[in-house]
Amino acid sequence: MFLGMKSVWLSLHGKPTPQLAQLDLASGRLQLAGAELVAADLCCEVPVSGTVYGTALNFRGALAALGEAVHAAPYLAPPRAPILYIKPRNTWIGHGASIRLPAGHDSIVVGPTLGVVIGAAATRVSAASALEHVAGYVVVNDVALAHSSYYRPAISQQCRDSFCPLGPWLMPRAYLDDPDALGIRVYINDALQLQSSTSQLIRPVRQLLADVSAFMTLCQGDVLLVGLPEGLPQARAGDVVTVEIEGLGRLTNPVVAETPGRAPRSAT
Amino acid sequence: MKRARVAWGGAIHGASEDHGRVRLDTGALADESALVWLPPFEPRTIFAVGLNYADHVRELAFKPSAEPLIFLKGPNTLAGHRAFTPRPMDAKFMHYECELAVVIGRPAYQVSRVQALDYVAGYTIANDYAVRDYLENYYRPNLRAKNRDAATLLGPWLVDAADVPDPMRLALRTTVNGTVTQQGTTADMIFGVAALIEYLSAFMTLGPGDVILTGTPEGVVNVNPGDEVVTEIEGLGRLTSLIVAEVGASSCAGQ
Repeated sequence: MFLGMKSVWLSLHGKPTPQLAQLDLASGRLQLAGAELVAADLCCEVPVSGTVYGTALNFRGALAALGEAVHAAPYLAPPRAPILYIKPRNTWIGHGASIRLPAGHDSIVVGPTLGVVIGAAATRVSAASALEHVAGYVVVNDVALAHSSYYRPAISQQCRDSFCPLGPWLMPRAYLDDPDALGIRVYINDALQLQSSTSQLIRPVRQLLADVSAFMTLCQGDVLLVGLPEGLPQARAGDVVTVEIEGLGRLTNPVVAETPGRAPRSAT
Repeated sequence: MKRARVAWGGAIHGASEDHGRVRLDTGALADESALVWLPPFEPRTIFAVGLNYADHVRELAFKPSAEPLIFLKGPNTLAGHRAFTPRPMDAKFMHYECELAVVIGRPAYQVSRVQALDYVAGYTIANDYAVRDYLENYYRPNLRAKNRDAATLLGPWLVDAADVPDPMRLALRTTVNGTVTQQGTTADMIFGVAALIEYLSAFMTLGPGDVILTGTPEGVVNVNPGDEVVTEIEGLGRLTSLIVAEVGASSCAGQ
């Protein structure tokens, strides 16, 4: 064991039960059951098992991009409570697995975000005690097809198979001092395409947990995505997309064109 | 075959209907009222369809759409037959929705409506409550209005698809404290069961345990603590719920 090693929960491809691995974040190297692994080369399963909830319009810049439209039809008023949506199981893929670009589409929209993993059921928790309900954090790429309206649920844009990469690992909460000051970067083919920070959240993590749990229970294992920054980049077939969150890790997935008429991986 | 999941004697059991009584998987016979009823299966992805009956669309003053309005729900909202559903203290309009729930039996991707019913494992009744006070025009209907704890009841039975020869000709009915408030037929759906499976599977893979709540006809009225709401669908049974004042309870399936 070296100084600075972090114990993270990792599920290697074909082994869905997460195992504790020792991570050296600076070098991207891990030790798992005596073997030395390079994070960038791994192919992983998703390290979570609950329901994944996305939060819309929780970055200042993303809400500002709607401008005065929030006062006009169909919205009529700015959002009051957190606006959530769900990324269902068919969308989940691990680090290294392929994002499938659907036939008939040129590009996907990359959605870098922080996933807050619930460790103990949260019902009507206060902001002050909210982090006690958090097991840890995961890097998430909340992929969608381009759409501009927030009026109706956008499941045909958000819920395509493979549109929610999560990973590579679950980082226990104790390793992150402040979830509201984490740099977020997107690289496409190693070129930096977006830079943001969780300091731009309208509802910081503790407040978001309090405001969501005021109207519904977040269960153990659920993942609450904190929101998407403005200016999301697009990626095409053949691109390799990396979402990086400071202190947490790098989630990399290639984009491949879907073969028309061919059944995808079996739904599990 | 009608199957259920119940808690009895401190354990969870499978159960089936036997001449009006409940046969546990242990072989024992029990009365319906002696059991705690769980949703009859453990759902994976939960889909709900809004504005899917022409009469209900008129009731809410919306224009029918060319595409179904579909949103997703989480497991926190599930409860079984005879459940207590909390009504927020500040709400002015909370209503039930009697819905045919369609349970998927095997992976379905890009399935045509002609074949769609082959992918159905069975059917159950859903009562999908809404608190209209909390509706906002972002991803409407938003989860604060439609994904509250213990506000989506499923059951009592999962009825095999083979025992429901035509899901598009079933009478639906809701009573509040014994008075009929909602009546309709699945024949009036704008997007029928097969069309919904075709629509969803065109862009995402459906899997075993996925469930589609297919919408509700007109006749939704406000309910209050103490009300007993019974949603019935022809051939599937009667799903009962009791409205209670909201207190600090949590609800996580399986925890």
